[in-house]
Amino acid sequence: MKENAVLEMRNIHKSFPGVRALHQVDFTLCEGEIHALMGENGAGKSTLIKVLTGVYEKDEGEIYLKGSEKPVSIKSPQDAQNLGISTVYQEITLCPNLTVAENMYIGRGKSGLTNWRKMNADADRILTNLGIPARATQQLSDCSIAIQQMVAIARAVDMDCKVLILDEPTSSLDESEVEKLFGLMRDLKARGVGIIFVTHFLDQVYEVCDKITVLRDGELVGEYVIEDLPRVKLVAKMLGKELNDMEEIKDENQVYKGPEERVFEAEGLQSDAGIRPFDFYIRKGEVNGFTGLLGSGRSECVRAIFAADKVIAGRVKKNGKPVKIAKPLDAMKNGIAYLPEDRKRDGIVGDLSVRDNIILAAQVLRGFFRPFSRAEANRFADEYIKLLEIKTASADTPIKSLSGGNQQKVILARWLLTHPEYLILDEPTRGIDIGTKIEIQKLVLKLASEGMSVTFISSETDEMLRTCSRLIVMRDRKVVGELSSDELTQSKVMETIAGGNVG
Amino acid sequence: MTEKKRAAASGGMAGLFRNQIFIPIAALLLLAAFNLIVDPSFFKITLGTNSEGYSVLTGNLMTILDYGSEVAILAIGMTLVTAASGGQDISVGATVAIAGSVILRILVGLGGDGTLQAPIIVAFLAACVVSMLFGAFNGVLVAIFKIQPMVATLILYTAGRSIAAWINNNELPIVTDKTFTYFGGFIPGLPVPTPFFLAVVCVVITMLVLKFTNLGLYTQAVGINASSSRLNGLNPTFIKWLSFVILGLCVAVVGLIKTSRLSTINYSVIAKDIEMDAILAVALGGNALSGGKFNIPASILGAYVIQFLTTTLYKFQVSSDALPAYKAVVVVLLVVISAPAVKEKMAALSKKMKTQKEVG
Repeated sequence: MKENAVLEMRNIHKSFPGVRALHQVDFTLCEGEIHALMGENGAGKSTLIKVLTGVYEKDEGEIYLKGSEKPVSIKSPQDAQNLGISTVYQEITLCPNLTVAENMYIGRGKSGLTNWRKMNADADRILTNLGIPARATQQLSDCSIAIQQMVAIARAVDMDCKVLILDEPTSSLDESEVEKLFGLMRDLKARGVGIIFVTHFLDQVYEVCDKITVLRDGELVGEYVIEDLPRVKLVAKMLGKELNDMEEIKDENQVYKGPEERVFEAEGLQSDAGIRPFDFYIRKGEVNGFTGLLGSGRSECVRAIFAADKVIAGRVKKNGKPVKIAKPLDAMKNGIAYLPEDRKRDGIVGDLSVRDNIILAAQVLRGFFRPFSRAEANRFADEYIKLLEIKTASADTPIKSLSGGNQQKVILARWLLTHPEYLILDEPTRGIDIGTKIEIQKLVLKLASEGMSVTFISSETDEMLRTCSRLIVMRDRKVVGELSSDELTQSKVMETIAGGNVG
Repeated sequence: MTEKKRAAASGGMAGLFRNQIFIPIAALLLLAAFNLIVDPSFFKITLGTNSEGYSVLTGNLMTILDYGSEVAILAIGMTLVTAASGGQDISVGATVAIAGSVILRILVGLGGDGTLQAPIIVAFLAACVVSMLFGAFNGVLVAIFKIQPMVATLILYTAGRSIAAWINNNELPIVTDKTFTYFGGFIPGLPVPTPFFLAVVCVVITMLVLKFTNLGLYTQAVGINASSSRLNGLNPTFIKWLSFVILGLCVAVVGLIKTSRLSTINYSVIAKDIEMDAILAVALGGNALSGGKFNIPASILGAYVIQFLTTTLYKFQVSSDALPAYKAVVVVLLVVISAPAVKEKMAALSKKMKTQKEVG
């Protein structure tokens, strides 16, 4: 083993039926370093992490840990934990109905008895130590997602971990929360913990990481020190090609040039999700977006349009005619499609096949007594798998076994199949690699040029600036401004979100 | 063997192992093999005349077809309820009693002399309506009030038999009309028990419904992810509720069979414990009891396997009191074998053996 390495994985192989997920992958993590694991969706990041944490068993290869001569065998997450490998996942895997302290100590007691007072005191000490603003006796569900994430880390850290894996920990955090998390990570790094950081946010990689390991198609591309690898090169390594897509993707020729009547219009719309009534319209062939900090109500606005939350006030018009949209089916019948923010909870139907997931919305629109024939369903599935380049073993594969980006494409295919006039995309690129991100952005612009109206929501402002021609800015659950043409700059958006010029 | 053929063969084998219907088939073969070894006369079928003077087939296999059909009919509805709601209806036995009671009340009436007061079809349709209403009641508790299905149906499980007795004012009406015995017995000229034909009709209707409507897709989508189904324009509440109503319809058919067998009713014994058999049939069919994907043919096969087991145990002189204990042992075995954890291990083992063979 290399000097001061805490973890070395050598020649790791892993295959699933029909897919070679990992092939000859090496990975080394040193003491006190933050090491980014990068790659597109399906590159093998998750598989490598799962092999390391005992969720999957590797087919071949060895894993060495500091202080052991022989390769260790990790057969279950429990084994991994006992060896000092801790993981914090993108989705919180704690129990929301228990207290913070209980969550930190659950499943760790050697005996059946618990000294509650000591446990709470210990938990409070760790929380203070790490500067986490939570109390031991607080119920976890009362904390924000960011705090929950930090509690998960605190739990991991307290278990004497040598290797801490953070799998997309920042995707549901806003900027100040991300800063706090980075503070915590730097703190742990100073204590000698090796941290593996999996993320799609390039900015964040360059902010905290020391080294980068890049995977592509299940193979190791290389390990790089951060200073030696500028962003453009990193992206090129991940994609396996040099690309200039990062630049302007708006093409002046690719703009809708038909009549610009208002496709959808809302007045005083309000839902029971706690947003102030708002007015909204979108023209044919327009791409607009809702922007604002996390929790500012941007998702709730589009959910109100689609009637995903209960609509309690407001009038809506479709192509100038008043319509009633009380439930999602009404919205669908009016040619509105909605790709939800929470893919796992609101988007995919996990156990169903890719095919059934693709046809679902179109099938519901077509009616209960008119199922698509097997042949039709197959034709649709094949068409969209090809069109959106969805990577799946077959149309029969359950959607849950696809990577996140490909799941998202399936959901997108589902809505495109309904041929909507107005498409709402809520965070379509979250947790998705950069290649797919650009594909989706390009697709949005192409659809708009063909006359589809699109509302696009993203946490990444530059992504919004690249695709949208009009931005609706939200703060504290109400619309505070609207920006278009010349005003569409990063600084102007920030200013409006912050409300600086108002005072 | 060429490379390609071998791959195809192994794929076929693996496919069979992974296929849901493999579990009930394997259980069936196991039971059949056991009986074949211990006492081959188990499978004997004789053509004889029954007390009515018709020639009918008798034998253990006929008994299985006869009584297994009741479980099979219930298993159809139970599969849908399980898939949509992720829980089970434990009140079916009690609602069978209610349905049977309704049939007798309408056929004979209070204090009747046993002659038919109304056509059988009218009585049956009334029973359908009543048991669908009770199904709807369960459905409302589960779908709208979001009560755990087992807890929600516990209400009727407890109260159902009293309600059944109350419908006939606690009398035990007896039907003297011969045609009424056809449904639980034999139709003159047909040597196979009628419940089997009723089961076939129910299965065919179910299969047609599944083919020509989206009931299957909607039920599975709702069972797997209700939240995302709602955003795709489905109404999860309605679909869960509907599954309980459909189960109510199945219950009415079994109510007809059960009362026809005796030409009367015993409120406390009729269809006792049948809910457990129906739920086991669903489990044995490899359907996840937590809901989601389902396979009706597998459940139906499961129902007959359960009855096969019951009949085998009776054959070995197990008293009906001790029956559940024996059944439990066998069921534990079957369920463990079909558990995903075991299946994975088996698949890994067979893969290992295959590679060893190739090396050696």
